[in-house]
Amino acid sequence: MSQHILLRHRDIPHLDRLEVYQQHGGFEAFRKAVTSLQPTEVIQVVKDSGLRGRGGAGFPTGLKWSFCPNTIWPHYVVANADESEPGTFKDREIMESNPFQFLEGLMIAAFAIQANTAYIYLRGEYWHIGKLLDQKIAELEAAGLLGEGLFGTNYSLRLYTHMGAGAYICGEETALLESLEGKLGQPRLRPPFPAVAGLYARPTVINNVETLANVPPIIQNGAAWYRDFGTDKSPGVKIFSLSGHVNRPGNYELPLGTTFRELIYNYGGGIPEGRNIKAIMSAGASSTLIMADERALDTPMDYESLVGLGASLGSASVIVLDETVNMAWLAQKTTHFFKHESCGKCTPCREGTYWMTHILDRIVAGKAAEADVELLQAVAGQMQGKCLCALGEFSILPVLSSIQKFRSDYLEKVATPSLEVQS
Amino acid sequence: MTKLVTLTIDDQPVSVPAGTLVVDAAKQIGNDIPVFCYHPKMEPVGMCRMCLVEIGRPMVDRGTGEVLLDENGKPRIQFGPKLETACTTPVSEGMVVRTQTKVVADARREVLEFILTSHPLDCPICDKGGECPLQNLTMGFGPGQSRFLYDDKIHLAKHVPLGELIYLDRERCIQCARCVRFQDVIADDPVIGFYNRGRRLEIVTYSEPGFDSIFSGNTTDICPVGALTTADFRFGARPWELKSSASICTHCPVGCNLTFNTRREARAGGNPVIKRVMPRQNEQVNEIWICDKGRFAYHYTESPQRLTQPLVRRGDGFEEISWEEAYQLAAQKIRASQNLLTLTGGRLSNEDLFNLRELTLARNGQAVLYSDMAGGDLTASYGLAPGSNFGSMGKETAILVVASDLHEEAPVWWLRIKAAAQRGARLIVLNPRSTRLDKFATHTLRYAYGEESQALATFLPGAAVPEAYQAAVQEFHSAENAVIVYGSEGAGLAASQGLAQTAAAILAARGKVGQVNNGLLAVWQRANDQGAWDAGFRPVEDLPAALRNVEVALIAAADPAGDDPLLAQALEETGFVIVQELFMTETARRADLVLPVQAFTEREGTLTSGERRVQRFYPALPPRPQTRPDFAVAAGIGKALGLDLEGRAASLVFLRLVKTLPAYAGLTYTQLAEVTPQYPIIGRSDLYYGGTAYDNHQGLGVQLPLLPAARPVAVGQSQTAASVTAGEGEILLVPVTRLYDRGNTVLPSALLHQRLAGKTIRLHPQTAAAFGLNAGETLRLSRDGWSAEAQVELDEEVPLKMALAVRSTGIPCSALSAVRLERLTVASAD
Amino acid sequence: MNALRAQYPEEVERILAKYPAERKRSAVMPLLYLAQRAEGYIRAQDLRDIAEICEISITDVASIVGFYTLYYDQPLGRYHIQVCTDLPCALRGAEDFLRQLSEKLGIGVGETTPDGLFHLEEVKCIGACHRAPVFQVQGDGEIVFHENQTVETALAVIEALREQARAAKGEQA
Ligand SMILES: Cc1cc2nc3c(=O)[nH]c(=O)nc-3n(C[C@H](O)[C@H](O)[C@H](O)COP(=O)(O)O)c2cc1C
Ligand code: SF4
Ligand code: FES
Repeated sequence: MSQHILLRHRDIPHLDRLEVYQQHGGFEAFRKAVTSLQPTEVIQVVKDSGLRGRGGAGFPTGLKWSFCPNTIWPHYVVANADESEPGTFKDREIMESNPFQFLEGLMIAAFAIQANTAYIYLRGEYWHIGKLLDQKIAELEAAGLLGEGLFGTNYSLRLYTHMGAGAYICGEETALLESLEGKLGQPRLRPPFPAVAGLYARPTVINNVETLANVPPIIQNGAAWYRDFGTDKSPGVKIFSLSGHVNRPGNYELPLGTTFRELIYNYGGGIPEGRNIKAIMSAGASSTLIMADERALDTPMDYESLVGLGASLGSASVIVLDETVNMAWLAQKTTHFFKHESCGKCTPCREGTYWMTHILDRIVAGKAAEADVELLQAVAGQMQGKCLCALGEFSILPVLSSIQKFRSDYLEKVATPSLEVQS
Repeated sequence: MTKLVTLTIDDQPVSVPAGTLVVDAAKQIGNDIPVFCYHPKMEPVGMCRMCLVEIGRPMVDRGTGEVLLDENGKPRIQFGPKLETACTTPVSEGMVVRTQTKVVADARREVLEFILTSHPLDCPICDKGGECPLQNLTMGFGPGQSRFLYDDKIHLAKHVPLGELIYLDRERCIQCARCVRFQDVIADDPVIGFYNRGRRLEIVTYSEPGFDSIFSGNTTDICPVGALTTADFRFGARPWELKSSASICTHCPVGCNLTFNTRREARAGGNPVIKRVMPRQNEQVNEIWICDKGRFAYHYTESPQRLTQPLVRRGDGFEEISWEEAYQLAAQKIRASQNLLTLTGGRLSNEDLFNLRELTLARNGQAVLYSDMAGGDLTASYGLAPGSNFGSMGKETAILVVASDLHEEAPVWWLRIKAAAQRGARLIVLNPRSTRLDKFATHTLRYAYGEESQALATFLPGAAVPEAYQAAVQEFHSAENAVIVYGSEGAGLAASQGLAQTAAAILAARGKVGQVNNGLLAVWQRANDQGAWDAGFRPVEDLPAALRNVEVALIAAADPAGDDPLLAQALEETGFVIVQELFMTETARRADLVLPVQAFTEREGTLTSGERRVQRFYPALPPRPQTRPDFAVAAGIGKALGLDLEGRAASLVFLRLVKTLPAYAGLTYTQLAEVTPQYPIIGRSDLYYGGTAYDNHQGLGVQLPLLPAARPVAVGQSQTAASVTAGEGEILLVPVTRLYDRGNTVLPSALLHQRLAGKTIRLHPQTAAAFGLNAGETLRLSRDGWSAEAQVELDEEVPLKMALAVRSTGIPCSALSAVRLERLTVASAD
Repeated sequence: MNALRAQYPEEVERILAKYPAERKRSAVMPLLYLAQRAEGYIRAQDLRDIAEICEISITDVASIVGFYTLYYDQPLGRYHIQVCTDLPCALRGAEDFLRQLSEKLGIGVGETTPDGLFHLEEVKCIGACHRAPVFQVQGDGEIVFHENQTVETALAVIEALREQARAAKGEQA
C-alpha cells in the first residue's frame, strides 16, 4: 500500500515530532470532536466505521464505548499497550514512530466517554516507549492539547503511562485493571464488565493501541471513507506482524481480507532458502495451527474467513512455519510460554499448563510413548471450557491442533524413543 | 422483602431470594455442589472451578421479550456451550441447573484430577484427614489412578512457619485463596498473600511477627485442605480420634461458642486432654469465627501449677487440709465475724455467682465485683433488646462506640461491627486515640481522656454540639436504630458509670430502648461481668478500704494482690482471707485458706455475655481430683454455716437462680440448649465446605429480657475522673485494655508469649523528653503506697503529660490517675 | 523515616500524582521500579517504605514483587541480559544464539558472571520477533533493547557495559 493509515511515519518523515504531526492534520480530529461534536456523535461515527478491536477479540469499538453508564462517574479510558503475545510487535511500532496518532485516538476515546483521565498500560519491557510517551504527553500539555479546559471548552483530560513488569496475563483487560490498581495481575470475574465496573470499579473503556490509532483518521475522514478499506464485515486496515520463517519479517499494514499468500509471499518475500511452508499461526502463540495448504494460503485474512478455517485473526500476528519445524516441538514452545504466564488463579490453567509442559518435555526429549500423546490430548481437552479466562483456553489451541493436524510429528518423536526403562 | 426467584435444580424446584448464588440455592435443598474456593462468608471468586454445573435459561424472543415455549407449552431452555461455576452465578427466574449429568461428573473428576496433580496425597499423616473436602471429594469423584507421572510431581516445603501460631504445608496448598481473602476482607489484616504465579503460587507473610493477626487461627478452619495448621494442633491427633464438647469462651464478653476437642492420652494417665479449641457456629454471637486468644489461651486450664488441695495457712507456709476441715474453718471464721466481703471475678459462672451471693446475703455481707468498670445495672434495663444481632444490622442502624478499643477488648464484636459498617451501618467512634475501628467509621471523634461523658453527652437530644461533632450527632439522630457500645479505655468505675448513664439517657431520650437492634452494650473486662451484675455484685470505688475494714474476705476468681500493691497491702489487714482459685496467685499467697476450684473445661454452667445472652458450657475434661466447682465450694461453706445452698450440680443451682433473679425468670437449661437452623449451613463433612467450625447442637443460648428501669436515668457525671490533674513531676496514667495481657489465664499459654503486652507505658515523645526519657528506657512510676518499673514506648498519638498503661501487666491502673514518674538512673556504660 | 521518599522525593510525588489520592495502591509498581533502580533488586526496607507510601501491607507489596518477572527479590548481577527464545525468535535461531552467548560469557543461563555484572536470562517474547536474535538489558533502572544481534555484536554490547561500569566505579573512587 502506498499510503499508510496507521503506519504513516513510513510515508512522512519525523511524524513523531509534534509540529510535523500537526502539519499533517494532527489533532484536528481531536479538536473537531471536542469543539464541534457531541460525545454520542463521536461514538456514532466510530460505530458506523465498523472498527473492531485490534487487541484480539475483535469487539466493535463504538459499541464498547456506548456501554458506559452515565450514572456512575468518573469514567476512565485505558490503552492496552501490554503487547505480549508472542509474534506481536505492531503496537510498538505505532508508539515508537507514530505516537501522536495513538495518543490522539486515546484522547478522542476519552472525550467520547467523557473521561478526564486515561492511562496507558505498557508492558515493562517497553521502557523506552514509556519514556518517550511521557515526553510526548508533556509536549501535548505544553501545547495546550492536554490539561484543563481544552480549546476553551470545559473538557479536561490528563494522560498517564503505567508500566507493567513482565506478565503476559496483564494484557487480558481485567487482569490489566487489577495490575493498574496495584494488585496481582489476575483476571476478574465477569460480569461486571469493565464498561460498567472497571478501573476502581468505575466505567472503563479498554482499547488496544492499534484500535485507538484508527480513530483520528476515522473522525477526520468519516466512517464511509474507512469502510472503503477491507471487507464488508471486517472493514478497515490491519497491521499484520509477520514473523518466523519468512524472508522479510515485519509489520505490514494491509486491508483486512488480504490473503495469507499475498502477505507471506508478496510482502514477506516468501520462505527462506526456498523451503516449503508447513503451517501458519495467525494469532501468535494463541493460535490454532493452520495447515498451509493452497486453500489456506488463499484465505482472506479477516475476522470471518479465519473462523472458517477453524482459526481466528486475533491480533493478526502471523507466524510462518516451514517444513523443518516439528510441531511437537512447537507445542512444547507454546506450552512453556503459557505455563510461564499462567497467573495461577484458576485450577485448569495453573495445573493443566504445568502438566502439558511435562508431557511435551518428555515427548520432545524422546522419552515418551505414544500413549503420552493421547494423554496430552486428554489433558488439553480436559482444560477446555473450564478456565476462568482466555489464557488457559488459548494454551490448548496449538497443542490440540498440532496433534490433530500433525500427528506424525509426534509419532516421529515417540517412534524413535530411547525408552530405557526408568529405574 | 427481597424478591423470590424460582429455579429448578435437578428437577427440583426451589425458591430463593434474588441474588442468591446457585451453589447456595442448591445447598438449601440438600444438594451439595463441591467447592474449594467458595466460602459462604465471602464473595465468590470462581477460581478453583470445582463447582462447574450445567446451567440453562429460558429463551426469550428478542423482539417481544417474551419467553419462548416448546410444543408442550413449557419454556424452552437454552444451555450454554460451557459449564458455569455455580459459586459465581446468581439464580434467575426459570433457570434450570443440572448437577448430576455425565458432563458435570466428568468435569468434577477432571478438575479434581488437576488439583491432585500437585497434591502430595499424604492423607494418612495429614491433620485435616477425616475432615477434608479434598479427601472426601477424591473418594467420591476422584480418578482411581493417577495419570500424572509421579516423577513430575512438584515438591515443596512442608513445614513453613507463617508465624509461631500457624504453619503452612506448601505441597498441600491448592491456591484457593480462602485464607488470603479471609485475612484481607473479613479480618482486615492482609498479612498473608500469594508470591510468584502459576503453579509456583505460594502463601507468604511479610509481617512482623509473622502472620500478625489476632484472627489467624480461623484460616486453619476454612482452609479446605491440610495446608494451614495451628502450631497447637499440628501432628497432635487425627480428627476422628477426637471427642467434642461444647463450651463458651471465657476471655471476653462476646461469649464465642466453642467446641473443645479432647482425646485420652497416656501423659494424662489415660484421661482426656484438650487437643484443640474450635469455633462452634452461632450466627448471632460469633458466626463461625473466634479470635486467637480464645483458640490458644486455654492452656492455663491444664497447667501443672493448678491448685489441687485445700490449703490452710500455718505460719509462713500452707498445709493441706481436707475439704470438710476447710469448710468448717471458713464457716467458723464467717460465723465469728461481723462483716463478710465476697469479691468475685467475672470469670465465674452464673451458678457460682449465685451461690456466692446467697452465702453473702445470708450473712449480711457485701457482694463486690472485682472490676474497674460499672454500668451493669443500666445494661440490664437499657441493654441490647432481645433479638438484636450485629449480623442483621445495616444502614438503618447507627452504632456508636465510645471509650473502647474493640479490636483488643472484644475482637469478634469488632469483626461484626466492622462488617455491619461495611453493610452500611453508620459507625461513630469516639475515642481519645485512633483504634482499628476508625477505618470503618463514618465519623471518628476525639476527646481528651477524662472527658468521655461530656463528649458522649453531646449526643443527647437538644445538647449543645461542638462543630466537630455536628455531622456525627446528626447522623446518629437520623438513624432508625441506635446502639451505643461503651468500654473502659482510660476510665475507671466512676467514669464508666458516668458513661453508661449518659448513654442510657441518650437511648431513653431517643426512645431506642427495648426494640430489636437498639440498646446499650458494655465492653466488660471479663466474660461474665454482666452475669455478676445481674446476681447483684457491684464494684466498689475504694476497694482497699473495703478490704481493710472487713473481718473475712471471700475472694473467688480475682487476684487483687497481683494487680495492685495497694490491694495487697489492704489484704494484709483483712482479718481472714479465703480464696477460691485455680492457681497460687499473689492473692492466694496472702490468704488464710485456699480452696482449689475446677476450670470451666471441667464442669458445666452458664455465662451471660455482654449482649446478655445466657449460654451453657459443658464439661470437656474430668475434673482434677480434689478440686470442686466454685458453686459447690460456696455451697459447702454455706452448709457448714447451716444455710440451705444447692451444691450438687450446676443445673440444680440454676433452678434456684431463675426463681430469684428476675431477668432469668423461667429460663431452663433445656431452653438454653435449643438450636434452630442456621445459615449458612457449614457442615464439616460437606462438599459444600464451610470449614471445620462445629455445628451447633448444644444451644444458641437465650438473650435476656430487659428489666424495667428502677428510676429514670440521669445523665452521668464523672466528677472524679475529670478533675484528675497531673502535678509537677507527675503524669496521668491511662488504663487501656489489650487482648494479650499478662493475666493469670493468659500467661500459662506459652504459645502466646511472643505477643503479650510488655510491662511498658506509652508516652508522647515530648512527654518523654520532658522527663529525659528515651524509647526502651526504664522508668519508675509511683504513688502513695506503690511503685512499679516499666519500659518506655513512644507514640505520637498519646496526649501530652499522659501515659498509657495496659491493664493486667503489673502496672496498677484501675482508673485515670496522677502518678509520679522518674527516670531510673541506670549505671551508664561509658 | 521513609528512605525511599527521602532518596527520591520528587519522583515519589510525581508517581503518586498519577493516581487518585485514595488509590495510592496503584503506585506500587512504579515505586518498585524506583526502589529497584539503585541496587537492581528490592530490599526488605524497600518493601516497608513502599507499603507505607501506598498504605498497604508489606505482604501486599511483596506479592507484587513475586508475581511480576521484572522485579527481583535478590541481587543477581547489575545487568540482566535477557535473551528471548520464545517461538518466533526460536524459529530464527535464538536458542543457538543463547547457547553460544552463554559459552562465550562462561556462565549458564540463570547464572551471574563472577564480577557480579551480568546475569544471563532466557525470557519470553519481548515484542521484537522480526529482529531476532534479540535481547534486552535490564539494569541501572532501565531496559534497553538490542536487536538483530549476532554473538559478536552481543559481546560488544556487553563489553561496552563492562567498560561503562568500570568508568562509573572509577569516577566514584
Ligand atoms: C491472555 C490475554 C492476553 C491479552 N493480551 C493483550 C495485549 O497484549 N494487548 C491487547 O491489546 N489486548 C490483549 N488482550 C485482549 C484484551 O483482553 C482486550 O480484549 C483488548 O485490550 C480490548 O481492546 P480492543 O477492543 O481495542 O481490541 C489479551 C487477552 C487475553 C485473554
Ligand atoms: S486461565 Fe486461569 S490461571 Fe490461566 S491466566 Fe486465566 S485465570 Fe489465570
Ligand atoms: S470456582 Fe466455584 S467453588 Fe471454586
